[in-house]
Amino acid sequence: MSIEEGVDLKKRRFLTVGTAVVGAIGAGFAAVPFIASWNPSERAKALGAPEEADITNLEPGALLRVKWRGKVCWVVNRTEQNIADLKTLTDKLADPNSEVPQQPPYAQNETRSIKPEYAVLVGICTHLGCSPTYRPEVAPADLGDDWKGGFFCPCHGSSFDLAGRVYKAVPAPTNLVVPPHQYLSENVILIGVDGGAV
Amino acid sequence: MSLMTWIDDRFPATKVWNEHLAQYYAPKNMNFWYFFGSLAMLVLVNQIVTGVWLAMMYKPSAADAFASVEYIMRDVDYGWLIRYMHSTGASAFFLVVYFHMFRALIYGSYQKPRELLWIIGVLIYLAMMATAFMGYLLPWGQMSYWGAQVIVNLFAAFPFGIGEPLSIWIRGDYVISDATLNRFFALHFLLPFVLAALVFLHIVALHKVGSNNPDGVDIKKVKDENGIPRDGIAFHPYYTVKDSVGVGVFLIFFTGVIFFWPDFGGLFLEPPNFEPANPLKTPEHIAPVWYFTPFYAMLRAVPPMFSSQFPGVIVMFAAILILFFVPWLDRSPVKSIRYKGMLSKIAIAIFVVTFVVLAWLGMQSSTPAKTLLAQIFTAIYFAFFLLMPFYTKMEKTKPVPERVTS
Amino acid sequence: MNKLFGVMALSLLSFALMPLTATAAGGEVKLQQANVDLSNNAAIQRGAKYFVNYCMGCHSAQYVRYKLFTEVGLTEDDIEDNLIFTDGKVGGLMKIAMPEDDAARWFGAAAPDLTLTARIKHGGADWIYSYLKGFYTDPSRPLGVNNTVFANVGMPHVLWRLQGIQDPVYKYEVHHEGHTVASFDNEAEAEAYAKERGETYRLERVVDRLELVQPGSMTPLEYDQVARDLATFLTFIAEPMKLERQRIGVWVLLFLIVFTVLAYFMKKEWWKDVH
Repeated sequence: MSIEEGVDLKKRRFLTVGTAVVGAIGAGFAAVPFIASWNPSERAKALGAPEEADITNLEPGALLRVKWRGKVCWVVNRTEQNIADLKTLTDKLADPNSEVPQQPPYAQNETRSIKPEYAVLVGICTHLGCSPTYRPEVAPADLGDDWKGGFFCPCHGSSFDLAGRVYKAVPAPTNLVVPPHQYLSENVILIGVDGGAV
Repeated sequence: MSLMTWIDDRFPATKVWNEHLAQYYAPKNMNFWYFFGSLAMLVLVNQIVTGVWLAMMYKPSAADAFASVEYIMRDVDYGWLIRYMHSTGASAFFLVVYFHMFRALIYGSYQKPRELLWIIGVLIYLAMMATAFMGYLLPWGQMSYWGAQVIVNLFAAFPFGIGEPLSIWIRGDYVISDATLNRFFALHFLLPFVLAALVFLHIVALHKVGSNNPDGVDIKKVKDENGIPRDGIAFHPYYTVKDSVGVGVFLIFFTGVIFFWPDFGGLFLEPPNFEPANPLKTPEHIAPVWYFTPFYAMLRAVPPMFSSQFPGVIVMFAAILILFFVPWLDRSPVKSIRYKGMLSKIAIAIFVVTFVVLAWLGMQSSTPAKTLLAQIFTAIYFAFFLLMPFYTKMEKTKPVPERVTS
Repeated sequence: MNKLFGVMALSLLSFALMPLTATAAGGEVKLQQANVDLSNNAAIQRGAKYFVNYCMGCHSAQYVRYKLFTEVGLTEDDIEDNLIFTDGKVGGLMKIAMPEDDAARWFGAAAPDLTLTARIKHGGADWIYSYLKGFYTDPSRPLGVNNTVFANVGMPHVLWRLQGIQDPVYKYEVHHEGHTVASFDNEAEAEAYAKERGETYRLERVVDRLELVQPGSMTPLEYDQVARDLATFLTFIAEPMKLERQRIGVWVLLFLIVFTVLAYFMKKEWWKDVH
């Protein structure tokens, strides 16, 4: 089967390449539904919807656990002493001013919170994803005299203060995440959406 | 050293490419009917890909199956599209394969030396039927449930006291249940890979003996100085470009159904199947999906004998298994219908009508008149095969040309 | 020869035409045309409201999330204020509080989920429309009502305050060997006609039409609109992606036509080599 004379090779090439390109574009489009189907479904989105936390009965020093998107979130009512202690820890912390964006802008402050007394944190260690334990007591035997209360991760020994800021020289690289949240009223926090007009 | 040489030293990439595409010489006169082989492969790929994706979101349990299908249809991004591609693909697969089989029948593509090629093809058809049957249970709608109930009960008709235990063993329960659904799901996932393996063997066999053509002429008999059949053209590019057109036209119809008519008037997605399976309530009218209805009609056509449904079951399976013998039933000296006599032409025309009528009858509720009709057409169906040795032998054939006609 | 193949191809293609014959059979009851328009968001919104008010006491639509109605122009707040009466959330499913076992005990059978009614019932929207308009008094039934498209229905006429009460007007048909041979408004006449012709002629009473004997709070036209809105709503939730499907489908077909035309010319060009 030799190529005959009079065959327009240019036209042949154009049509072949053209068809191949259009076919490839089609295959690309055909892949879209398959890729998109891996996104969180409406069910997952519904289950991951913002979660309300009622803090009416949250005593100073106490911690409330709320599940949001399958992750545990903490709401801690910090005492006056706790808040005062936060300022004294600066030297021991890896990122005392919360420069790494582990929080929404409105929580990038001394207490990493909207209201100074209430800390809202995602309770998952930034090292490998364990959930640290709440250790509010001051200077317990196992954590040393300098401990002013905070979170301690039993998996690999990372420690955080009561604003979720990570200590120096521990495995965890960054502060705990502050989830987007807002106050729906004096005593109800909505975790999962940034504050707006309420 | 080029990359291709490096690969070829370790894997016969170029060799395979040449042997099966660039230097595989196919008859130049293959017509419209030769599109359906490549289309069947396309649909198989569609079924496997969409099926694997559906399996990522489907729950094979009696409690969750129906809801998980609605979850796919509603909650998953483009889940509806993937599901419609799969449900439409099932019907498209059978339609395409029926055309492909019809092609083999009219051009004698099962005749020597293509007997094994044909037999592997019939095995593919059987594997498809098993896969489709098990897949149809998965949506766990009323038709899924009762269809499976009826078909599994066919096994209960088996005599010698093994029927009942056999059907219970297949179900893993006394009725179709969670256990049945779970195992059907596993097999529905497995069988397509068996199917793919059979397709591979089908192509190996095809490339050993070469493609037949509408004239039924052996193109290898006349070769040029390079040993290339004078009536052969390289599969690639000539048939790859031709098949692209076929793929385009097919996809227009296929996506047309998917996007504009996915239930196809109740043929591809049956209305009762939008109702969850209810073991306490049988739908008014149970019919299998259209591609099984010719065989279902034959099953119903046979009256119970010796107080057993078994004869009907035998007839139904015989209707499929008889296909295996076609290479030896056809005694004609010529392959193609073009050169066979009038009897063969009439026989095949009647056969097509018979198949369509049986398909239609299988969808209808049975009445005495329709049962009689089904009996007549069942007899014709078998006559087509069983009389083949006679009418192909006695009729006068036309002379077959040396070379293919254009 | 080619003619013969043409005939064969056609007969195989007749597979494709079969649904027409398949659906043409069955369904003796004549349905009224609902003329639903799925792009009419207002109708779907009204239908949703009627549905949660009048149907969801017993029927769920448990595969539908309330959030779906953001696609027909409602905001999440609208949905929360107007459609959700339970403790459900916008992202939640339209389930009902009544446990199935209780329902079965109270009504004999659990009220079916209505998500897919429009796809189950032969006639779809038209069936729903006719059903909602088809209730009539029938003292022989436990609830005192029957329905023209759903004989011996076990559901009360929930919307009777809106529609009012309809009485049936019967006609009397004489059947012979499966055919209707005559029809009378008067039972005595029909009886006489049948008797005259012998035992194989049977009399059957059928509902000819319905007559409004006690008006409801709505005019018949207003009530038709309610039925149409509910039919539109149920059609929408049965396949919420229908319009999107068709919209995407147009683009897919256009694309494939371009591809096929290009492929055709490519094939023609290459096959110039083949003689």
